[in-house]
Amino acid sequence: MTTASATMPTTTHFLGDTAVLTARSLRHITRSLDTIITTAIMPIAFMLLFVFVFGGAIDTGSDVPYVDYLLPGILLITVASGVSYTAYRLFLDLQGGIFERFQSMPIARSSVLWAHVLTSLVANLASVAIVVGVALLMGFRTGADVLAWLAVGGIMVLFTLALTWLAVIPGLTARSVDGASAFSYPLILLPFISSAFVPTESMPGPVRVFAEYQPVTAIVDAIRALFAGQPVGADIWIALAWLVGILVVAYGFAMLAYRRRRA
Amino acid sequence: MTIDQNPASAIRVHGLEKAYRKDRPVLRGVDFDIAKGSIFALLGSNGAGKTTVVKILSTLLRADAGTAEVNGVDVAANGAAVRASISLTGQFAAVDEILSGRENLVLVARLRHLPAPGRIADDLLARFSLTEAGGRRVAEYSGGMRRRLDLAMSLIGDPPVVFLDEPTTGLDPQARLEVWQAVRALAANGTTVLLTTQVLDEAEHLADRIAILHEGRILVNGTLAELKRLLPPTTVEYVEKQPTLEEVFLALVGDHGPGDAAPTATTATTTTTGTERS
Repeated sequence: MTTASATMPTTTHFLGDTAVLTARSLRHITRSLDTIITTAIMPIAFMLLFVFVFGGAIDTGSDVPYVDYLLPGILLITVASGVSYTAYRLFLDLQGGIFERFQSMPIARSSVLWAHVLTSLVANLASVAIVVGVALLMGFRTGADVLAWLAVGGIMVLFTLALTWLAVIPGLTARSVDGASAFSYPLILLPFISSAFVPTESMPGPVRVFAEYQPVTAIVDAIRALFAGQPVGADIWIALAWLVGILVVAYGFAMLAYRRRRA
Repeated sequence: MTIDQNPASAIRVHGLEKAYRKDRPVLRGVDFDIAKGSIFALLGSNGAGKTTVVKILSTLLRADAGTAEVNGVDVAANGAAVRASISLTGQFAAVDEILSGRENLVLVARLRHLPAPGRIADDLLARFSLTEAGGRRVAEYSGGMRRRLDLAMSLIGDPPVVFLDEPTTGLDPQARLEVWQAVRALAANGTTVLLTTQVLDEAEHLADRIAILHEGRILVNGTLAELKRLLPPTTVEYVEKQPTLEEVFLALVGDHGPGDAAPTATTATTTTTGTERS
């Protein structure tokens, strides 16, 4: 004897619930602005180190200033280290029990995850803006027009979304805080074995093959071309294919991990 | 004990089974029935399966077998409708530490899509004596304040069924009494309360009916008087009326309730023990 009316509060409230929960986790960020600054400090340190210490010895095979050459890779490192905060915050929500409170409430269930993802997007783009600002101070110049800037912005948004959904997986499954954020170390190192700091041509055989066929190289090359106001060629399509691919796979596994919590 | 087929049941559980790992069943066929507007205590030691029952009823977990209905709605078939009529307070105060107490309440009111979330928050802050602390971050709250806030958050939107999973774990005696009062007030307003606890005293003080969950099964289910009748008839023994440590503690540190105020220690021998438990 089910007297339940077929109320569907979950689907209709998805946008509203996501907005409320995103506002909540954004407040976590505005109350600890250090997370945004911490995210920006390491890439800025790398940038200073490479431009003013190693840069003089690196031959990029072109006459562009080294800071112009390296900024795309630095931006990717910024996001790669920033997304670990998503895993961290998600893990804390799970531990503290507030996650279960949300899950037992009449809200759209996936908005709990989306709120963390959107918050990550805002926080990481803020960190990226800080890094770009420092790069400008260090002499970074670009001939990119509005369209090229929008394209760079679009790539960064897609990159952040893909990596954040990747971060959701350890956030949901880790058993310790350290475990939740450890996944980001390989992500931060990946740009070093790519065209981000030195041309891949300078690397020995197998390393060079890996560098040329891993996603960071395609993404870096596409952003570099956009900043330089040059035609992006096939790089942008390879980059987009990687980004969408990673996004879809990471989202799928994140949702799987999310559902398995109820099994 | 038989399960009464009262149509006014708020919760109906039948043959509930759950195993997190195949070889280790946690619930092995749990049956009980909770009348609307009553307080039902699920009593059991650690690992007895109390939290698992609560998680299944609040749609956080799927049962392997059996059925469970909340307010006439099957938890497996229509979780969304069940979530609309329940509220869960878990073992750990599920509050947002970075937000203030008031912001926590507003957050829940918004998520329940209620009008005037600010007014709801202020009302509840007043009701749970948190008005003064309302603007402070929860990270600065004491354990008792967190629990009160946690309870207040659970009452937003007046859900007809409230699950309290070990609501007094880690609380000092005063905070525990405050929680008890809040639970009694809930039931007085017609809310059905499912309470899990391992504190026998708590079940005795609060519950209309008590069920003992042991190794995944309900051993007994009845009123306190019924449970007491399970043991051989009482024999009259003369025992010195000694104050309990709780009575001593409460008499020394504060006044709570007429019954607990004065430890009428007729033969109090050692009343000045250090009671430094927090």
